[in-house]
Amino acid sequence: MGFLIDNIDLFISAFGQTLLISALAGLLALVLGTILAAMRVSPVPPLRGLATFYVEVFRNTPLTVVFFFIIFGLPQIDTVVSPLPGAVLAVGLYTSAFVCEAIRSGINSISAGQAEAARAIGLTFSQSLREVVLPQAFRTVVPPLGNVWIAMVKNTSIAAGFFIADLSALLPRLANAAADELIATLIGVVIAYLLITLPSAAVVSRLEKRAAILR
Amino acid sequence: MTAPILYDNPGPKARRRILIGSIVGMGLILGLIAYVLVKLAGNGQLEGQRWAVLFDPRSSVPQFLADGLVATLQVAALGMVLATILGALLAFGRLSDHRWVRIPVTAFIEFFRAVPLLVVIFAAFLLPPSFGVPISAYAALVVGLTLYNGAVIAEIVRAGILSIDRGQSEAAYGIGMRKWQVMTSILLPQAIRRMLPVLIAQLVVLLKDSSLGFIIGYFELLRSARSLVEFFRVDFGDQYSFQIYVAAALIYILVNVILSIFARWLDKRLARSKKSPEGEGEALPLTVEQFSVGGGANTTL
Repeated sequence: MGFLIDNIDLFISAFGQTLLISALAGLLALVLGTILAAMRVSPVPPLRGLATFYVEVFRNTPLTVVFFFIIFGLPQIDTVVSPLPGAVLAVGLYTSAFVCEAIRSGINSISAGQAEAARAIGLTFSQSLREVVLPQAFRTVVPPLGNVWIAMVKNTSIAAGFFIADLSALLPRLANAAADELIATLIGVVIAYLLITLPSAAVVSRLEKRAAILR
Repeated sequence: MTAPILYDNPGPKARRRILIGSIVGMGLILGLIAYVLVKLAGNGQLEGQRWAVLFDPRSSVPQFLADGLVATLQVAALGMVLATILGALLAFGRLSDHRWVRIPVTAFIEFFRAVPLLVVIFAAFLLPPSFGVPISAYAALVVGLTLYNGAVIAEIVRAGILSIDRGQSEAAYGIGMRKWQVMTSILLPQAIRRMLPVLIAQLVVLLKDSSLGFIIGYFELLRSARSLVEFFRVDFGDQYSFQIYVAAALIYILVNVILSIFARWLDKRLARSKKSPEGEGEALPLTVEQFSVGGGANTTL
């Protein structure tokens, strides 16, 4: 325990990195994922095709490979990204594919009558999506989106392999510096992750109860 | 709800707008691709000789990448088998009637579902040596993948067993079967059909997750690619780096797409099969929950 307290600065800054990447990447993924989901149900074929292609590619690529490309591949087209924006970009782009799928399944779960009624009163595609379908879809996707968020927080750990001093990176680092305190380090890192994921799970389940629509 | 419900069949005006939108969209995409290609060509990355190295056995690149792929598949295959076995055992434990089995098993499952896979792998890699037990990167990777995915698979199996109508097990008990018999000859055979698509989706995730070996230094595909690049750097600088990275990524995507297609095919086949216990229920919902490090929830698989 003393070891953890001695290194509390290290843990707090690592925790901050993990939290920062999670928050920024989560925002990016939510925005991009919503746009992708709208594209996937849109009447314009190239947009549909592009979004489908994007989702398929990112769902079938390991996050490590995405990181790899952004950190080592982008410099080949003269675009050097530093580690932090790179990590946000990698996690965000990757997660957006899953956000898109979650929202699309939400859109599909809205009963056809809703969309038919929206159309019958003369709303356009974007109006019916914005005013009728998406507000309801967002409610049904609260649980899956919450799961995506929690999984994404865990996924940010991969940034440890790409020059980010986040929580996971503490393990090999402190394993070298203080080998006999490895178990304490491990406990500290696990607790720090649980500090993010457990409250998230609690918030998700509360939101779920509040957002649920009785049908 | 299918997409066309969201909009009317386009009339002539809307069709023109869609056409214009399509052209503009295509233009943007093509522009982006062109930009990347021009940049790459500007750096001389598109020269045939640079790509030829990928297929030239004398450069030992194909052999190296093949070795990397084999190492990836090896670790993934072993992890898949062990994780499935562990998952099934954990699921039985969690469904047990005895509290002293149920509670520790539940805690075990919840713990490994809450911790990032990379942390589990790091722990498997760093902990044993600190107790004087040597462990290879390969073993650490397999242990990490097994523990983490075993916990996830346990939940899939449990959901599968619980999804079977209660009448089935009641009837089985009614004709005098024992608990073990009910589980193995009534519940599991029906549950397996329902959970198979989700299970396979999770195994695809496991394959993707094996790329984490890169971080602890196991020579899987990605690490092989990286070491090839470092190797060539001595003599040729960064001349071949980009090509090798692209090759490694393409191999990954190809393998995963093949597995996904297989899973989808299996899903369809099972849905068609008359023997499936469907009736009222359908296959287990593919939850995004299984989305893990490697990612793929394959929600709509």
